[in-house]
Amino acid sequence: MTETVVEPGSGAAINAASARISDPEQRVLERIAEIRKRKPMLREDAITMSHGAGGKASHTLVTALFGEILSNPVLDQLGDQAVLALPGVHNMGLAVTTDSFVVSPLFFPGGDIGELAVNGTINDLAVGGATPLGISAAFILEEGLDVATLRRVVESMRRAADRAGVNVVTGDTKVVPRGKADQLFITTTGVGVVALPQRIAIHRVVPGDVVVLSGAMGDHGSTVMLARGDVDLEADNLRSDTMALHGLTAALLADGIDVHFMRDATRGGVATVLNEIAQAAGMAVAIDEASLPVHDEVRGVAEILGIDPLYIANEGKLVAIVAKEDALRAVDLMRSRPEGGEAAVIGEVLADPEGMVFMHTGFGGTRVVDMLIGDPLPRIC
Amino acid sequence: MKFADEFRDADLARALAARIAGEAGDKHWKIMEVCGGHTHTIFKYGIEDLLPSNVELVHGPGCPVCVIPMGRVDDGIAVAHEPGVIFTCFGDLMRVPGSDGSLLDAKAAGADVRMVYSPLDALKIAQQNPDKKVVFYAIGFETTAPSTALTLLRAKAEGIRNLFVFCNHVTIIPPMKAILDSPDLRLDGFLGPGHVSTVVGIRPFEFVTNTYNKPVVVVGFEPLDILQGVHMIMQQIQEGRCEVENQYRRVVHDDGNPKALEVLARVFKLRSHFEWRGLGFISQSALELRDEFADHDAEKVFSVPGVRVADPKACQCGEVLKGVLKPWECKVFGTACTPETPIGTCMVSSEGACAAYYNFGRYSRARDRERVLASGERPAGNGNGTANGAVAERDLRAIPVQTR
Repeated sequence: MTETVVEPGSGAAINAASARISDPEQRVLERIAEIRKRKPMLREDAITMSHGAGGKASHTLVTALFGEILSNPVLDQLGDQAVLALPGVHNMGLAVTTDSFVVSPLFFPGGDIGELAVNGTINDLAVGGATPLGISAAFILEEGLDVATLRRVVESMRRAADRAGVNVVTGDTKVVPRGKADQLFITTTGVGVVALPQRIAIHRVVPGDVVVLSGAMGDHGSTVMLARGDVDLEADNLRSDTMALHGLTAALLADGIDVHFMRDATRGGVATVLNEIAQAAGMAVAIDEASLPVHDEVRGVAEILGIDPLYIANEGKLVAIVAKEDALRAVDLMRSRPEGGEAAVIGEVLADPEGMVFMHTGFGGTRVVDMLIGDPLPRIC
Repeated sequence: MKFADEFRDADLARALAARIAGEAGDKHWKIMEVCGGHTHTIFKYGIEDLLPSNVELVHGPGCPVCVIPMGRVDDGIAVAHEPGVIFTCFGDLMRVPGSDGSLLDAKAAGADVRMVYSPLDALKIAQQNPDKKVVFYAIGFETTAPSTALTLLRAKAEGIRNLFVFCNHVTIIPPMKAILDSPDLRLDGFLGPGHVSTVVGIRPFEFVTNTYNKPVVVVGFEPLDILQGVHMIMQQIQEGRCEVENQYRRVVHDDGNPKALEVLARVFKLRSHFEWRGLGFISQSALELRDEFADHDAEKVFSVPGVRVADPKACQCGEVLKGVLKPWECKVFGTACTPETPIGTCMVSSEGACAAYYNFGRYSRARDRERVLASGERPAGNGNGTANGAVAERDLRAIPVQTR
């Protein structure tokens, strides 16, 4: 046997790969890349479940309909939270976020809709570097809902709020006829303060930054999926990761770690967040499959159902883009706290190909990681 | 994860890839993977990155969703809109475009369309909703047909009369034959469909070796299975052999699964002809319910339009299914036809060659090479830590990552 090729990563392998990519193919790829940069268009005549999945269709709905009609300088930034200027105050802004919760079932291993609502709202503030001040909660209740069920949900909210040290300070209640809602839906708004100029901002992301994930992927989505009983699978140790992350983000910032950007990886999973970051920053993100933290139960569920943990929702995990020199400190700090015990460096930011996320597979190849398309697991939050 | 990670081992992959590269010589090898599951694995793990440029994998016709013609989707949608119908199907199928929207659109328009993981789920829904007509839109090759058959047998045994099957089951041999008879394509051998073979065994593929003189290796769906299959085909040719070999012995019995075959024979018979997307009508290429199951046959119970709808002009799924065109060579690939707004079926199913290429393979490796040459850095795609040394690899490795 000759010594030719193919140590992956060797010059020979790269030559082989590039020889395979012919010029016409290269042109097609470049044309697609151009098209993908265009503003998305909402083509559907009716809302489908895909529009709620947090992936590409949701992104299109938000930018092409809401963003278009309601456009203003604050909304146009499309962050997890909006930052409003306070008249006469220059070093601080008001951070506002809002979120709805329609999870089915209402109760699942590791949490329930109430806890989800409190933690999710806090997290949307926290990943912008804001300190949460208070939460507003609106309830849409279906006629016939057991008061005991409602009580259980609200008591759970109370506990989550107490744990986080953030009060539910106002709210609203509406009741709709039986069949017009599924038991109960919650909409929350969170208010917080954030130091200006903002330390956490997409324009601070630069090539060479390191991508840190605060823990294992996919616990929440797979837990809810199994709890619903649509698939005959059981996993005893699987539970939702719902958790408030403002303590973790505050610690990162207080420690002086140069975090350039953060986002919590909820619907659409880590893959969708990474794509949003790559697109918003106009850079590429490269991740390493072998470094991705995933619990065995989630891998098993995902393997059987043919879905990728990268796309499964989390409710207590964030992706942080950190300056290269601070990456190891960030991981150490996360690992020293309960919210980030399984934190890991999962990749890095590259200058190009612009807007693209790709992954070095554990097998030795490379592949694209796109946004979520369609909706494999509806109503998980 | 046991029984999976062993077949995804990067060190073994490197060794096998080196062997393939060493033995490939100057010849340009063209090997077709018949099954869409293989196509998915090839792109998902980036297997082509490991192969030398003169070993080419050609994607074949074995994607169950991809071969469904537009008229059959329209038929399904028409049934879904019938009053009192609960329409069930596998998830992939819901996004396949008919001539006027997909099942997902029908659902948004008020039809009761539900995703199921197994026809038995449809049976359960039928039991729970005795006042509804529950239709299961059955697709797939010999792999999924036995579960449909079993479901029908159980429905009959338990007297469940409100379950109906819209049968689109197809068989794998006729399209392979069509491809072998086509003058467009020169192939060196086939990676045989592992899952189909669990049912039919490996003997039905002997016509490929005997009549067409092409080797077949039935392979599994993990990345190492595929690399090994490629190597086994090369070995056959180099040693002057031409056989049907079974690489997937841990699952596939040479004689298949006699029980499953018996169930198939009890429930199904061959259709005289069936339209395949892009391949046209192929006689004796699909299954239909036997007369004993006519009461459960959605095509007989419901009035379906049954209209043959020509594919959109721009769509070249047929050429892609036959392996004549590579996905990116299709005129609308990635521009008008994307996974979000698919024109053809190959862009819908995760097993479709176009979707696999678009979702996983659309990475410009040539550009990567330019960057590597320009900077003298380590290339991306080394499968060994993050690329381009943004953080010294040593530092990254010092972080104890979660082992899986």
